[in-house]
Amino acid sequence: MSRTADLVIVGAGPAGMAAAVTARRHQLDVLVVDEQAAPGGQIWRDVEAVSCKPQAAFLGNAYHEGLAAVGRFRASGATYEPNTKVWQVEAGPRAFLTRDGAASSVKARSMLLATGAQERPVPFPGWTLPGVMTVGAAQIMLKTSGQVPVEPVWIAANGPLALLYAAQLLKMGGRIAGFLDTTPAIDVSATIPKLAAAAFAAPGDLLKGLGWIVNLRRHVPYIRHVARIEAFGTDRLERFRYETASGVAATVDAHLLLVHEGVVPSIHPTLSLGCVHNWLGGQDCFAPALDAWGETSEAGIFVAGDGGGIGGAAVASLRGEIAGLRIAARAGRISAVEAQAAAQPIRSRLKRALTARSFLDAFYRPRASIFVPADETIACRCEEVSVASIRAQAAIGRPGPNQIKASTRAGMGPCQGRQCSYTIASVLADAEGRQVPDIGLYRVRPPLKPLTLDELASLDDVGCPT
Amino acid sequence: MFRKLHDPEAEAVTVYIDGVPALAEANESAAAVLMRQGSPWARRTPVSNARRAPYCMMGVCFDCVATVDGVASVQTCLAPVHDGMRIDRQIGRRSVTP
Ligand code: FES
Repeated sequence: MSRTADLVIVGAGPAGMAAAVTARRHQLDVLVVDEQAAPGGQIWRDVEAVSCKPQAAFLGNAYHEGLAAVGRFRASGATYEPNTKVWQVEAGPRAFLTRDGAASSVKARSMLLATGAQERPVPFPGWTLPGVMTVGAAQIMLKTSGQVPVEPVWIAANGPLALLYAAQLLKMGGRIAGFLDTTPAIDVSATIPKLAAAAFAAPGDLLKGLGWIVNLRRHVPYIRHVARIEAFGTDRLERFRYETASGVAATVDAHLLLVHEGVVPSIHPTLSLGCVHNWLGGQDCFAPALDAWGETSEAGIFVAGDGGGIGGAAVASLRGEIAGLRIAARAGRISAVEAQAAAQPIRSRLKRALTARSFLDAFYRPRASIFVPADETIACRCEEVSVASIRAQAAIGRPGPNQIKASTRAGMGPCQGRQCSYTIASVLADAEGRQVPDIGLYRVRPPLKPLTLDELASLDDVGCPT
Repeated sequence: MFRKLHDPEAEAVTVYIDGVPALAEANESAAAVLMRQGSPWARRTPVSNARRAPYCMMGVCFDCVATVDGVASVQTCLAPVHDGMRIDRQIGRRSVTP
């Protein structure tokens, strides 16, 4: 089946929903496709269903704000298709989808990729053992299944998400064995001015974060500046060892260890489109180059939300609205001047919302071994390729990520480098005395998500990807 | 490894993990159900035969893939459960392309 729309939006988180509402206000015909089963994205995951479940009482106001946003989206008149995978995007713009085992394509005047962020992979020896998982994963289970760890849980993490999860878990009657804070000691002189700016722009958020830390340190063992972690076990996590920057070490028995080192933009779709990407030094990640409206280097293809650089939900909504205005102008529903005028107040709010971000980025910068892990660490989870074997290849010539992929199979598995591309780039940069932005990431080829032969066969002739 | 805080009551369904019945709540992810089992894992790797369990729960890592209702390599973190769902742990290679 092949369809058309004025605007196709990939992802129904804060950015995708806000853009849909804006575009619908200007009478565009909007199709929103979403990998999740319900709107909300990761931050407001499943908020409609969860709001009537027992866990709702513990999830905090920020989560419940999502209910209003989802309500506006539902009322906007945009067509919403959940449980839909986008496995290819093309200039044109055109998107190829599968839903319920059937493939289809949609051609649109504009496309907005609002695919959000993924947690930064946290590689260390033993990180592939069952029982090592991300804090984000545990939080998703808390929200959608109302489930908590059976035993007191260890958390080794850096960043606000882990503090929020710990606070929610304690409120729900979960127990924490210990919180290993992996935030490195910071360069105070560089951070204080940013802290001052953040305190001025968003004092409430900052106080909330401080409150979580104070409460956590009062109730659970809290170890700062943890610099190294190693997990052990045969079929599952049995114990792990940690060591602080000053050399204090311990080995503890554990079945579950939750890790988190911040989030990075999900850029597979824009990489596969060949869009220009920039290195964001402050966030240690790549992001698509965007103009003031969120348009990529490919005409008619926009990005809003964390997929264009990490900013959080409020920033994502504002960027979604701004993109929605430009998309309405492209469709001829409003003039360029009208779009500009409507965007003005949103841009001032955006500026305010971004001020706290540069403080968070500087304060929660991951430790060096997150980028260049110990040699025995598995870099590519899918193909089980170690850091040592990447280094061995780097010693022969000066390979880039694509040569590494060909010679070691790293990045060739189903996740298509989503868990290893930064590690490979960082290890190569380290071994070859180069910089990560010069090394770059793997080339991304379709399909972006696995699909079966049956699904592909269900595409009719007009729909074949080029 | 994980436990549910509430009883699913009216929403309760039964799924079969490697043929063994397990209690679940309608529409939660199959991966979340796997994480409540005594032996919480989803697949074995083709290279070293190591066990893997869901890592990200948001469709990124592909370590949660299993055979669901006879379809191989399904990301269980993105698969909402229904009554009678069969989840079979997967051993060996997963395919990415047709
Ligand atoms: S747990 Fe990572 S893809 Fe399902």
